[in-house]
Amino acid sequence: MDVMVQLQRQLFDYTASLFHEGFLDEQFNQLQQLQDESNPDFVVEVVTLFFEDAERLLNELTNALSQENIDFRRLDAHVHQLKGSSSSIGAQRIHTVCISFRNSCEEQNVEGCLKSLQQVKHEYSTVKSKLETLFKVRRSGPFLVRVLICNIEMTYGETDFGCRGVSVLGSVI
Amino acid sequence: MAITSDAQFHVLAVDDSLIDRMLIERLLKTSSFHVTAVDSATKALKFLGLVEDDMRTFDTPSVASKFHQDVEVNLIITDYCMPGMTGYDLLRKIKESKSLKDIPVVIMSSENVPSRINRCLEEGAEEFFLKPVQQSDVNKLKPHLLK
Repeated sequence: MDVMVQLQRQLFDYTASLFHEGFLDEQFNQLQQLQDESNPDFVVEVVTLFFEDAERLLNELTNALSQENIDFRRLDAHVHQLKGSSSSIGAQRIHTVCISFRNSCEEQNVEGCLKSLQQVKHEYSTVKSKLETLFKVRRSGPFLVRVLICNIEMTYGETDFGCRGVSVLGSVI
Repeated sequence: MAITSDAQFHVLAVDDSLIDRMLIERLLKTSSFHVTAVDSATKALKFLGLVEDDMRTFDTPSVASKFHQDVEVNLIITDYCMPGMTGYDLLRKIKESKSLKDIPVVIMSSENVPSRINRCLEEGAEEFFLKPVQQSDVNKLKPHLLK
Protein backbone atom coordinates (compact mmCIF):
# COMPACT_ATOMS: atom_id res chain seq x y z
CA MET A 1 0.00 0.00 0.00
CA ASP A 2 1.28 3.46 -0.90
CA VAL A 3 2.98 5.05 2.12
CA MET A 4 1.21 8.38 1.75
CA VAL A 5 -2.18 6.68 1.57
CA GLN A 6 -1.29 4.67 4.66
CA LEU A 7 -0.25 7.77 6.57
CA GLN A 8 -3.32 9.66 5.46
CA ARG A 9 -5.41 6.79 6.73
CA GLN A 10 -3.63 6.85 10.09
CA LEU A 11 -4.14 10.59 10.40
CA PHE A 12 -7.79 10.19 9.51
CA ASP A 13 -8.21 7.46 12.12
CA TYR A 14 -6.36 9.40 14.78
CA THR A 15 -8.43 12.52 14.25
CA ALA A 16 -11.63 10.49 14.18
CA SER A 17 -10.67 8.78 17.44
CA LEU A 18 -10.37 12.16 19.16
CA PHE A 19 -14.01 12.78 18.31
CA HIS A 20 -15.05 9.23 19.06
CA GLU A 21 -13.48 9.32 22.53
CA GLY A 22 -15.10 12.64 23.35
CA PHE A 23 -11.96 14.76 23.51
CA LEU A 24 -13.28 16.93 20.72
CA ASP A 25 -16.80 17.79 19.66
CA GLU A 26 -18.55 19.32 16.65
CA GLN A 27 -17.24 22.79 17.51
CA PHE A 28 -13.73 21.67 16.52
CA ASN A 29 -15.13 20.86 13.07
CA GLN A 30 -16.55 24.38 12.96
CA LEU A 31 -13.04 25.72 13.57
CA GLN A 32 -11.69 23.60 10.71
CA GLN A 33 -14.36 25.03 8.43
CA LEU A 34 -13.26 28.58 9.25
CA GLN A 35 -9.76 27.81 8.01
CA ASP A 36 -9.00 28.51 4.35
CA GLU A 37 -6.21 29.70 2.04
CA SER A 38 -6.45 33.24 3.40
CA ASN A 39 -6.32 31.95 7.01
CA PRO A 40 -4.34 28.72 6.74
CA ASP A 41 -3.25 28.63 10.40
CA PHE A 42 -6.52 29.57 12.00
CA VAL A 43 -7.04 26.34 13.93
CA VAL A 44 -3.49 26.20 15.29
CA GLU A 45 -3.66 29.88 16.26
CA VAL A 46 -6.93 29.56 18.15
CA VAL A 47 -5.92 26.33 19.86
CA THR A 48 -2.54 27.79 20.85
CA LEU A 49 -4.33 30.75 22.39
CA PHE A 50 -6.56 28.34 24.23
CA PHE A 51 -3.52 26.49 25.66
CA GLU A 52 -2.06 29.77 26.95
CA ASP A 53 -5.35 30.89 28.38
CA ALA A 54 -6.09 27.53 30.00
CA GLU A 55 -2.68 27.35 31.63
CA ARG A 56 -3.12 30.81 33.07
CA LEU A 57 -6.55 29.87 34.41
CA LEU A 58 -5.35 26.57 35.88
CA ASN A 59 -2.65 28.48 37.76
CA GLU A 60 -5.22 30.96 39.03
CA LEU A 61 -7.47 28.12 40.13
CA THR A 62 -4.66 26.33 41.93
CA ASN A 63 -3.73 29.58 43.62
CA ALA A 64 -7.30 30.38 44.61
CA LEU A 65 -7.85 26.93 46.12
CA SER A 66 -4.67 27.11 48.15
CA GLN A 67 -5.81 30.19 50.04
CA GLU A 68 -6.89 29.92 53.65
CA ASN A 69 -10.12 31.74 52.96
CA ILE A 70 -11.24 30.55 49.55
CA ASP A 71 -12.92 33.16 47.43
CA PHE A 72 -15.54 31.00 45.71
CA ARG A 73 -16.80 33.83 43.55
CA ARG A 74 -13.35 34.42 42.11
CA LEU A 75 -12.94 30.68 41.68
CA ASP A 76 -16.24 30.44 39.84
CA ALA A 77 -15.33 33.36 37.59
CA HIS A 78 -12.17 31.57 36.46
CA VAL A 79 -13.99 28.27 35.90
CA HIS A 80 -16.62 30.14 33.91
CA GLN A 81 -13.89 31.50 31.65
CA LEU A 82 -12.32 28.08 31.17
CA LYS A 83 -15.72 26.56 30.51
CA GLY A 84 -16.37 29.18 27.85
CA SER A 85 -13.07 28.93 26.04
CA SER A 86 -13.01 25.11 26.07
CA SER A 87 -16.52 25.11 24.61
CA SER A 88 -15.42 27.59 21.93
CA ILE A 89 -12.70 25.29 20.62
CA GLY A 90 -14.60 22.03 21.07
CA ALA A 91 -12.59 20.63 23.99
CA GLN A 92 -15.57 18.66 25.23
CA ARG A 93 -14.13 16.82 28.23
CA ILE A 94 -12.69 19.97 29.75
CA HIS A 95 -16.04 21.69 29.28
CA THR A 96 -17.84 18.83 31.03
CA VAL A 97 -15.55 18.90 34.07
CA CYS A 98 -16.00 22.67 34.29
CA ILE A 99 -19.75 22.20 34.67
CA SER A 100 -19.38 20.06 37.78
CA PHE A 101 -16.57 22.34 38.98
CA ARG A 102 -18.99 25.28 38.87
CA ASN A 103 -21.54 23.29 40.86
CA SER A 104 -18.93 22.68 43.56
CA CYS A 105 -18.10 26.39 43.61
CA GLU A 106 -21.76 27.24 44.04
CA GLU A 107 -22.06 24.78 46.93
CA GLN A 108 -18.77 26.10 48.35
CA ASN A 109 -17.65 22.48 48.41
CA VAL A 110 -13.85 22.55 48.78
CA GLU A 111 -13.45 18.80 48.38
CA GLY A 112 -15.49 18.87 45.18
CA CYS A 113 -13.51 21.81 43.85
CA LEU A 114 -10.19 20.14 44.51
CA LYS A 115 -11.35 16.99 42.79
CA SER A 116 -12.61 18.96 39.79
CA LEU A 117 -9.36 20.87 39.58
CA GLN A 118 -7.40 17.64 39.48
CA GLN A 119 -9.73 16.27 36.81
CA VAL A 120 -9.57 19.36 34.66
CA LYS A 121 -5.78 19.42 34.84
CA HIS A 122 -5.71 15.82 33.71
CA GLU A 123 -8.14 16.40 30.86
CA TYR A 124 -6.24 19.49 29.80
CA SER A 125 -2.86 17.78 29.60
CA THR A 126 -4.36 14.85 27.71
CA VAL A 127 -6.13 16.90 25.07
CA LYS A 128 -3.15 19.22 24.76
CA SER A 129 -0.83 16.34 23.99
CA LYS A 130 -3.29 14.87 21.50
CA LEU A 131 -3.81 18.17 19.68
CA GLU A 132 -0.07 18.83 19.61
CA THR A 133 0.41 15.41 18.04
CA LEU A 134 -2.24 16.20 15.47
CA PHE A 135 -0.68 19.54 14.56
CA LYS A 136 2.82 18.12 14.47
CA VAL A 137 1.76 15.40 12.06
CA ARG A 138 -0.17 17.83 9.88
CA ARG A 139 2.73 20.23 9.70
CA SER A 140 5.36 17.63 9.04
CA GLY A 141 4.70 17.22 5.31
CA PRO A 142 7.71 15.50 3.77
CA PHE A 143 8.95 14.38 7.17
CA LEU A 144 5.68 12.63 7.88
CA VAL A 145 7.20 9.19 7.62
CA ARG A 146 10.07 9.83 10.02
CA VAL A 147 7.92 11.57 12.60
CA LEU A 148 5.31 8.84 12.61
CA ILE A 149 7.78 6.05 12.90
CA CYS A 150 9.85 7.65 15.63
CA ASN A 151 7.66 9.58 17.95
CA ILE A 152 3.98 9.36 17.70
CA GLU A 153 1.74 7.13 19.65
CA MET A 154 -1.46 6.79 17.78
CA THR A 155 -4.64 5.15 18.78
CA TYR A 156 -6.92 3.77 16.18
CA GLY A 157 -10.53 3.56 17.00
CA GLU A 158 -13.47 2.22 15.07
CA THR A 159 -14.23 4.91 12.59
CA ASP A 160 -17.46 5.48 10.82
CA PHE A 161 -17.23 9.20 10.30
CA GLY A 162 -17.96 9.27 6.56
CA CYS A 163 -18.18 12.79 5.17
CA ARG A 164 -17.17 14.53 8.35
CA GLY A 165 -13.96 12.55 8.53
CA VAL A 166 -13.20 13.37 4.93
CA SER A 167 -13.80 17.07 5.39
CA VAL A 168 -11.44 17.07 8.38
CA LEU A 169 -8.85 15.21 6.36
CA GLY A 170 -9.41 17.44 3.35
CA SER A 171 -8.41 20.51 5.30
CA VAL A 172 -5.48 18.74 6.88
CA ILE A 173 -3.47 17.62 3.89
CA MET B 1 -18.70 54.40 -7.53
CA ALA B 2 -21.97 52.49 -7.85
CA ILE B 3 -23.71 51.50 -4.65
CA THR B 4 -24.57 47.84 -4.88
CA SER B 5 -27.19 46.04 -2.84
CA ASP B 6 -24.50 44.00 -1.10
CA ALA B 7 -22.34 46.87 0.12
CA GLN B 8 -20.13 45.80 2.98
CA PHE B 9 -21.67 46.09 6.41
CA HIS B 10 -19.60 47.09 9.43
CA VAL B 11 -20.06 45.03 12.57
CA LEU B 12 -18.74 46.01 15.98
CA ALA B 13 -18.02 42.87 18.02
CA VAL B 14 -17.61 43.11 21.80
CA ASP B 15 -16.21 40.25 23.91
CA ASP B 16 -13.70 40.11 26.76
CA SER B 17 -12.50 36.64 25.68
CA LEU B 18 -9.71 36.76 23.10
CA ILE B 19 -10.59 33.33 21.75
CA ASP B 20 -14.24 34.28 21.29
CA ARG B 21 -13.24 37.55 19.63
CA MET B 22 -11.08 35.62 17.15
CA LEU B 23 -13.94 33.24 16.44
CA ILE B 24 -16.63 35.85 15.95
CA GLU B 25 -14.34 37.95 13.82
CA ARG B 26 -13.56 34.99 11.55
CA LEU B 27 -17.24 33.99 11.37
CA LEU B 28 -18.27 37.53 10.44
CA LYS B 29 -15.49 37.95 7.89
CA THR B 30 -16.42 34.72 6.09
CA SER B 31 -19.85 36.34 5.68
CA SER B 32 -18.17 39.38 4.09
CA PHE B 33 -18.71 41.71 7.01
CA HIS B 34 -16.17 44.36 7.85
CA VAL B 35 -15.33 43.83 11.54
CA THR B 36 -14.05 45.88 14.45
CA ALA B 37 -13.54 43.82 17.62
CA VAL B 38 -13.11 45.35 21.08
CA ASP B 39 -12.65 43.72 24.46
CA SER B 40 -15.02 45.76 26.61
CA ALA B 41 -18.33 47.59 26.59
CA THR B 42 -16.55 50.81 27.59
CA LYS B 43 -14.30 50.57 24.55
CA ALA B 44 -17.34 49.85 22.40
CA LEU B 45 -19.08 53.01 23.62
CA LYS B 46 -15.92 54.99 23.03
CA PHE B 47 -15.69 53.63 19.49
CA LEU B 48 -19.32 54.54 18.91
CA GLY B 49 -18.65 58.09 20.02
CA LEU B 50 -20.49 57.94 23.34
CA VAL B 51 -17.88 59.23 25.72
CA GLU B 52 -17.85 59.11 29.56
CA ASP B 53 -19.09 62.68 30.19
CA ASP B 54 -22.02 62.30 27.90
CA MET B 55 -23.38 59.03 29.13
CA ARG B 56 -25.46 61.02 31.55
CA THR B 57 -27.11 62.97 28.79
CA PHE B 58 -27.32 59.89 26.56
CA ASP B 59 -26.33 61.92 23.60
CA THR B 60 -23.19 62.46 21.61
CA PRO B 61 -21.47 65.85 21.92
CA SER B 62 -20.62 67.78 18.78
CA VAL B 63 -16.97 66.70 18.82
CA ALA B 64 -17.74 63.01 19.21
CA SER B 65 -20.56 63.31 16.69
CA LYS B 66 -18.02 64.24 14.08
CA PHE B 67 -16.03 61.09 14.95
CA HIS B 68 -19.22 59.08 14.96
CA GLN B 69 -20.14 60.23 11.48
CA ASP B 70 -16.83 58.95 10.12
CA VAL B 71 -17.32 55.56 11.74
CA GLU B 72 -20.48 53.89 10.64
CA VAL B 73 -21.53 50.78 12.49
CA ASN B 74 -24.37 48.74 11.04
CA LEU B 75 -24.67 46.12 13.78
CA ILE B 76 -23.33 45.47 17.25
CA ILE B 77 -22.78 41.94 18.53
CA THR B 78 -21.85 41.65 22.17
CA ASP B 79 -21.14 39.05 24.82
CA TYR B 80 -23.49 39.21 27.80
CA CYS B 81 -21.09 38.33 30.66
CA MET B 82 -18.25 40.82 30.75
CA PRO B 83 -16.41 42.31 33.72
CA GLY B 84 -17.39 45.92 34.47
CA MET B 85 -20.14 46.86 32.06
CA THR B 86 -22.13 43.87 30.86
CA GLY B 87 -23.54 43.33 27.39
CA TYR B 88 -26.95 44.10 28.81
CA ASP B 89 -25.76 47.47 30.17
CA LEU B 90 -24.24 48.20 26.76
CA LEU B 91 -27.52 47.32 25.06
CA ARG B 92 -29.40 49.71 27.35
CA LYS B 93 -26.96 52.56 26.77
CA ILE B 94 -27.25 52.11 23.01
CA LYS B 95 -31.06 52.02 23.07
CA GLU B 96 -31.14 55.12 25.28
CA SER B 97 -28.92 57.07 22.89
CA LYS B 98 -30.66 59.21 20.29
CA SER B 99 -27.89 58.69 17.76
CA LEU B 100 -27.30 54.98 18.35
CA LYS B 101 -30.68 53.49 19.20
CA ASP B 102 -31.43 52.34 15.67
CA ILE B 103 -28.32 50.20 15.39
CA PRO B 104 -29.37 46.55 15.71
CA VAL B 105 -27.81 44.80 18.72
CA VAL B 106 -27.28 41.06 19.11
CA ILE B 107 -26.38 39.43 22.42
CA MET B 108 -24.24 36.28 22.81
CA SER B 109 -24.06 34.14 25.92
CA SER B 110 -22.66 30.77 26.93
CA GLU B 111 -25.58 30.33 29.32
CA ASN B 112 -29.10 29.42 28.35
CA VAL B 113 -31.07 31.41 30.91
CA PRO B 114 -34.61 32.16 29.65
CA SER B 115 -35.11 35.17 31.93
CA ARG B 116 -31.84 36.65 30.68
CA ILE B 117 -32.82 36.05 27.05
CA ASN B 118 -36.23 37.65 27.57
CA ARG B 119 -34.77 40.65 29.35
CA CYS B 120 -32.41 41.31 26.44
CA LEU B 121 -35.09 40.91 23.81
CA GLU B 122 -37.41 43.19 25.78
CA GLU B 123 -34.66 45.78 25.99
CA GLY B 124 -34.46 45.76 22.20
CA ALA B 125 -31.91 43.12 21.22
CA GLU B 126 -32.65 41.68 17.79
CA GLU B 127 -31.28 38.22 18.47
CA PHE B 128 -29.79 36.19 21.29
CA PHE B 129 -27.14 33.66 20.25
CA LEU B 130 -25.96 30.83 22.45
CA LYS B 131 -22.22 30.30 22.39
CA PRO B 132 -20.34 28.88 20.66
CA VAL B 133 -21.78 30.98 17.86
CA GLN B 134 -22.25 29.10 14.60
CA GLN B 135 -22.16 30.09 10.94
CA SER B 136 -25.92 29.46 10.88
CA ASP B 137 -26.37 32.16 13.56
CA VAL B 138 -24.29 34.67 11.61
CA ASN B 139 -26.41 33.91 8.53
CA LYS B 140 -29.39 35.30 10.48
CA LEU B 141 -27.80 38.75 10.72
CA LYS B 142 -28.19 40.12 7.21
CA PRO B 143 -32.00 40.48 7.35
CA HIS B 144 -31.63 42.75 10.39
CA LEU B 145 -29.23 44.93 8.45
CA LEU B 146 -31.37 45.21 5.37
CA LYS B 147 -34.38 46.57 7.26
